[in-house]
Amino acid sequence: MNFALMWDSTPKLLGGLVLTLELVALSLLLGIFVAVGLALMRLSSYRALSGFAYAYVFVFRGTPLLVQIFLIYYGIGQFEAIRDSFLWPFLREPFWCAILAYTLNTGAYTSEIIRGGIESVPFTQIEAARACGMGRLLLFRRIVLPIAIRQALPAYGNEIMLMVKASSLASTITLMEVTGIARSIISKTFAPVEIFIVAGSIYLLINFAVSHAIRRAEYRLSAHLRAPPTPIVAVPVGVH
Amino acid sequence: MVRNAAITLVAAAMSLAAGTATAKDWSSVRIATEGAYPPWNWTDSSGQLIGFEIDLANDLCRRMQVECEIVAQDWEGIIPALTAGKYDAIMAGMSITDERKKVISFSDGYAAEPAYFAVLKDSDLASYKTDLEQANLDEVDEQEQAAIDSLKELLDGKSVGVQVATIHANFLEQYMGDAIDIRSYDTQENLDLDLQAGRVDAALASASYWYPLMQTEKGADFTLIGPGFDGGPFGKGVGVGLRQEDTDLAELFNKAIAEAKADGTINRLAQQWFGFDVTS
Amino acid sequence: MELLSFGDQGWGDEMLRAAAMTLAVSLSSMALGLVFGALGAAAKLSSIAPARWLAEGYTTVVRGVPELLVIYLLFFGGSGAVMFVAALFGYHGYVELNAFTIGTLAIGAICGAYATEVIRGAVLAVPRGEIEAAQAIGMPRRLMFRRILLPQVARFALPGLGNVWQFTLKDTALISVTGLVEIMRQAHIAAGSTRQPFTFYVVAAVLYLLLTTFSNHGFQRAESWANRGVRRAS
Repeated sequence: MNFALMWDSTPKLLGGLVLTLELVALSLLLGIFVAVGLALMRLSSYRALSGFAYAYVFVFRGTPLLVQIFLIYYGIGQFEAIRDSFLWPFLREPFWCAILAYTLNTGAYTSEIIRGGIESVPFTQIEAARACGMGRLLLFRRIVLPIAIRQALPAYGNEIMLMVKASSLASTITLMEVTGIARSIISKTFAPVEIFIVAGSIYLLINFAVSHAIRRAEYRLSAHLRAPPTPIVAVPVGVH
Repeated sequence: MVRNAAITLVAAAMSLAAGTATAKDWSSVRIATEGAYPPWNWTDSSGQLIGFEIDLANDLCRRMQVECEIVAQDWEGIIPALTAGKYDAIMAGMSITDERKKVISFSDGYAAEPAYFAVLKDSDLASYKTDLEQANLDEVDEQEQAAIDSLKELLDGKSVGVQVATIHANFLEQYMGDAIDIRSYDTQENLDLDLQAGRVDAALASASYWYPLMQTEKGADFTLIGPGFDGGPFGKGVGVGLRQEDTDLAELFNKAIAEAKADGTINRLAQQWFGFDVTS
Repeated sequence: MELLSFGDQGWGDEMLRAAAMTLAVSLSSMALGLVFGALGAAAKLSSIAPARWLAEGYTTVVRGVPELLVIYLLFFGGSGAVMFVAALFGYHGYVELNAFTIGTLAIGAICGAYATEVIRGAVLAVPRGEIEAAQAIGMPRRLMFRRILLPQVARFALPGLGNVWQFTLKDTALISVTGLVEIMRQAHIAAGSTRQPFTFYVVAAVLYLLLTTFSNHGFQRAESWANRGVRRAS
């Protein structure tokens, strides 16, 4: 085990951290929009919309992310029509192809999480809100959303961690994030085990941070489920 | 009774260890190739490995009087898997470089050819002209340095594709790393797809790959610019990769390669697969 | 479409054979993963602290590190480790760890980490009252395990294990580094050789979809069988 090599390559590997975090953050952000749209379509009463959403989720959850990435990067780039279109400046860059693939993918999974969250809101709450005359938008904002978010948080935390791990697949389309840099170092030093241990540890640390943050958020949001803090009563010193 | 059994076991283990201390008997050799680097080696539609090196490997094994089995392995892991013992030799268009010699050893070279930059015919890089035909980087003279500098200027800020872990990748990093955007691909074929699509402005690979490709419709839009590079980071030709401790296998290969060169077999195969002679 | 035909000219038969290989690797990895999962869950629920820590370490590392890295590590380090152990016994030759074995070990290890959590959750979901009742009437531990725990754990774990199976099936796309010719690698080879990536990756996607659809169906039937006789809220 070449510890000197592991020590030396750590700063180089950390150089890829920025790209990794960019990929994760941007895909998650854009993915939420896709997910909300899909969840609403799925819950709508129009068969065409809910059918499309169902098919979309089915396809994206049923195929490996690697196939989706390769289809978008190599597959779409094969067609002259795409290359002459206005989309090409985006699809030409591996970064945007990766973002597109990740966004579409996480959109599918997140839409299911959101749908699960919304459906888990007890109907009694909605009835009560309607009974006291709450409008639809206010109902959604003050009743459904907070409960749904609290319910969905653990699952979404999982999704964030899966996204961090998925970012390593971007190395297959020439992006130099942590895994990409690891592979290029290995190609020169021929020491795969040492380098991958360091790279793996970096991902592990990121995921620790994420799961810690999610647990804190869950804790903060579930204050109403814990015992109320005992009030501090001034103890009279000496009763008069 | 248990003690007797234990003694027997230890004795058996020791005799096994003693037995395997003798030299390896090379009656069968496993050779790894990439299977994605035509015309050296690639996979046809029936799943068979074919190419210059497949034919050459079979010929060499015949001369060495061993039975050989050719397997495919991803380029990226091809050297670590050799040292781990998954197979005994690598014949995958692998150039002999000092860097690789730190980890594995090589037979004598059986082929050599220069590396060229390829661009799309209709790109503005295609009009680059140079007087220099060949640049040997073992000792860089004034003319060669000038050629390198002007190429670097031409490609400044552009993206150049190369296959990961190759001598071409090393050259780019060493000589032009600060000026260009290097894109590393897992296979040469994927690099071609992106060069064709215009995702990279240029690609660097060896002439033995470009020339046959440009004869087919897959490479019809490519053209080569600049001088052909060899020497320096490009190493000393293509050889058979072997584990450092297998010196006896290296000797067997060297003898067979010398024979194959002497009776013109390598030249014949090269003409058949590349259209020109690649003997080093 | 002649690209996809069967026989020597087309890649159709290669893709189907690759699909069979994907299925084979997934099944053997899942089997291995269930073994790891059962052991891991037992370790996590046991009273021996080192066992708990080991299992905790296993699940945390394997679930926190990208699958691609786990597979690379096991591919490059695995055969070295096995041969090291073999060398201790005096065997200095090459230990045959073919691509299938390595792939199964790698995916099985990953699958096992997730399965550990699923099985652990399922075991914890068995009502304590039933276990206490079984102990109260003097049921021997093995019988209790077989008649009380196992059926209920299977029932609770099935949805989660269905998810794990889907992961496993899709993770097999990453073991192309070991040289095993499954769907993704075959599509990659064909796409590179014919310069038609779109066609072949679409075919790959369709094959995976078929595999996941039939698996889903199978798991749903298994769930209804496991839940026979149980009144459910939904």
